[in-house]
Formats: sequence, C-alpha cells, structure tokens
Amino acid sequence: MSIVIAIAALGGLTLLLAIMLIFANKKLFVYEDPRIDKVEDMLPHANCGACGYPGCRPFAEALVLKKSLPGKCTVSSDEGRQSIAEFLGVALGAEEKQVARLACAGGTNVAINRAQYIGVQSCQAANLVSGGGKGCFWGCLGHGDCESVCDFDAITMNEHGLPIVDVEKCTACGDCVEVCPKDLFSLQPISHKLWIACKNLEQGEAILEDCQVGCTACGKCAMDAPGELITMKNNLPVINYSESHNTQKPIQRCPTGAIVWLEDSGLMIKGKESRKIIRKGSRLMGNS
Amino acid sequence: MNTESLGAIFLNACLVNNFVLAYFLGICPFLGVSGKMETATKMGAAVMFVMLISSMCAYGIHAFLVAIDAPFLQLISYIVVIASTVQLVEMFIKKMSPSLFKSLGIFLPLITTNCAILGVALFQTNKEYGFLESIVYALGAGAGFTLALVLIAGLREQLNFADVPKISKGTALTLFIAGILSLCFMGFAGLGA
Repeated sequence: MSIVIAIAALGGLTLLLAIMLIFANKKLFVYEDPRIDKVEDMLPHANCGACGYPGCRPFAEALVLKKSLPGKCTVSSDEGRQSIAEFLGVALGAEEKQVARLACAGGTNVAINRAQYIGVQSCQAANLVSGGGKGCFWGCLGHGDCESVCDFDAITMNEHGLPIVDVEKCTACGDCVEVCPKDLFSLQPISHKLWIACKNLEQGEAILEDCQVGCTACGKCAMDAPGELITMKNNLPVINYSESHNTQKPIQRCPTGAIVWLEDSGLMIKGKESRKIIRKGSRLMGNS
Repeated sequence: MNTESLGAIFLNACLVNNFVLAYFLGICPFLGVSGKMETATKMGAAVMFVMLISSMCAYGIHAFLVAIDAPFLQLISYIVVIASTVQLVEMFIKKMSPSLFKSLGIFLPLITTNCAILGVALFQTNKEYGFLESIVYALGAGAGFTLALVLIAGLREQLNFADVPKISKGTALTLFIAGILSLCFMGFAGLGA
C-alpha cells in the first residue's frame, strides 16, 4: 500500500511542478538571435580569449551586435574570417598578425646554471626556489611551461632548452605570456622585427660569465639607431616602435647579439660584429 | 511546538548561527560570486527567494507526508521543490536581466545544490517550526547569507587595490578573509539556541 502512496504523492508533486515550469517557460521565453549560433559554428571553438572576449560564444554575440569585427579572431583561417564577415555583412576589420616573442636567448649552450634544480619539472615550481638555478636571474628557466600551456603546438623547446615559437601556428592567445614566471613572453605585431632578446638588468662585461648572449648595456645600438628609436633604460635598450623601425642598422655593432632582427619566417639574424656561438653542448660554470 | 519569539528566530538564523559563517553551509557561492558587490547582493536576493519558497513548500510537504504516513519521501520531495524553484528563478533572471544572468554564470543553477537551502528546509522540520516561524526562519537565513556575501564582497573589492603578497592573491586571500569574518561571527556564539 505504501508504495502506491509514495508513487502517487511524488508523481503528483513532480507533475504539479512540471506544469508550473511549462507555463513559466512559455511566459518567460527569451528570444535569441539565431545568427549567434551560426556565427559560433563558424568560429574555431578554441575559446582562447585572444579576441578579448571570454570565449567563442560571447565573441559571436558581440559580432552579431556589431561590437567587434571578425578580424579580431586570430585563430580562424582567412577564409573563415571572410565567410563570417560576408554572413553578417560587416567589414573584415583585419588586424595585423601578432606573435609571442621571447625576450631571452640564453639556451644551455650559452648560459650557465649556478645551481642544479631537482624537482617538479616546471618553470613556475623552479621559480619558487630562489628564482630557479640559472646564472642569470632574468633568463629563461627552460622547463617548458610555455610549451605545455600552448593549445596550438606553436611552441617547442629546442635542443638548448629554449622555447621556439612557430610564427605560422601562433595565434597570439597570450597563454604563454601569462604562464611564464619570468615574464619573458610578450605579444608583438609581426612587423616589429627589431627585437631585444634579453631582460638582464645588470651592466657590463660581468654578465657574460652568466650568459654569452646577454645585453651588456654598452649602448651601441642606441647610438646607431636613427633618431630616438632606441633609448637605454635600466641597462637595457628599449625600442620605441612608434618610430620607423624598419632598419637593421642598430643590430650591426652589438658585441653579444642581444639585439636581433627577426624575419617573418622566425629566422633570427644577428649583427656582423656579434660573437659567434659554436658550442653545441651545454656550457658549464667557468667556461667562457 | 517551539516557543521562541519570531524576532529571536530571525536573529538566530541571521547572526548567531549564520548559515555561512557558523554552519559552513553554502560556501561555494560565498567564495564564487563574492568578487563584486553588485552580483553579491543579487545572488543573495536570489538565494533568499529560493529559501523562502522552498521553506513554505517544505512546511506544506512535511505536513502532507506526515498525513499520508510517508515521511521517508521528505528528502526527495524537498530536492524536487528546490530544483524547480531554482529553474523558475533562472528563467526569470534570464528574462529580466541577461547581464545578471551572465555574471552569476554557473552559480545560478548551482543554487539547486546549495546546502544552505536544503539546510533551512531540514532544520525547520527538525525544530518543528510552524508556518509563520518557518517563513521567518527562512528570511533570517537568507538575510544572513546575503549579509555574509555582502561583507566579503566589500572586503574583496577593497583588497583589489591593496598591495598583498603575490603568493596569497586570489583564492587564498578570499579564504583568509572568510576565516577572519567567521572569527568575528563567533562573537555571537551562545547567544541563541
């Protein structure tokens, strides 16, 4: 008997509530623009946030409301962006491609470790222990947090433990910028070819003991650069990209090759007078 | 029947035995949606509303279940009522304020499993409150929940501008101040039943 009562009581209750919800759903129905779903389907579903919105759906909503332009999505292919622009009848709003660039060139063949870090193989963990074992406090620790955080396989660690960014694959989502405990990555328009591959704030030849490609703050690049293009700040050259910067002149006299020229392909060109690095293995303490 | 006055019931649920800071019920929205004052107050209002409705329904359902001699259905019927009330609130908020709907995010459907709400329904049954007392109890609990949310949201908004050690930023800092807030509420301990 009690089973019948139980089923009847609970069934009645749920039926009552279901009817109430059916009516509420009819009364409180929210109309959504069907284009939002269509545009969302056209987006790459990477939810990377490079467009400045939390994910692909909020971006699709913004596109439909004409608050943003399809060009803001750096992950889509050119055809993908074009088809969204045509579907919505808006301008493409092409943005210049940005890539993540690393402000360090100190691989294991040029930079020494003063202490050996043994533990979880992650830069963030290593950084908690006195900033990692690297001789240069500002340099890349080389445990590859950026490689593992990259959703697009655009970062690979080379044989010297330095991350190499694949310019083609990089979507400028900014995940590596966020994860690097040394703040070495930044997003740069691809036309910024002049690049300082060092963050060492010290001055003078002494830093070569830690890293052979570090910036010694000699200031030659600042002198050679036209106008106010390069200024020295905190023992590092700072490039003012708002000036015309399409010149290889500043890199030529750099003694260490800390200031470089990056081709579109990702090829790194160093100045003529920069010291040639021929070592293939790891550089140990005391070697110069 | 219970003989407490209505005012005592309200203060008891709101301050002395605050659901969040003394009973650790409903911690997830307490930490999750307390980043901004505006969302905190509205989350508090939504929870209070669900508490009130579910408390009234729970009173009726309890009386009904006792009458048909099936008190073992208590838990499942309470949950069904709470879930459908939350569904209703969700539709209502989506209709009335899409921006609030977005800022509450996943925490809005999560009210369904908010232990503070089921807690109110179960406590009032245990304490054998009458209909009016149940309503006052639910209002007090809701007010206490909102109070806790508003207090911590205010503190967190201020702390956004403070220079705190990098290692304690975010969740860790929120838990610190939650602990300190709870410590303050312990000053009320023993004043009520």
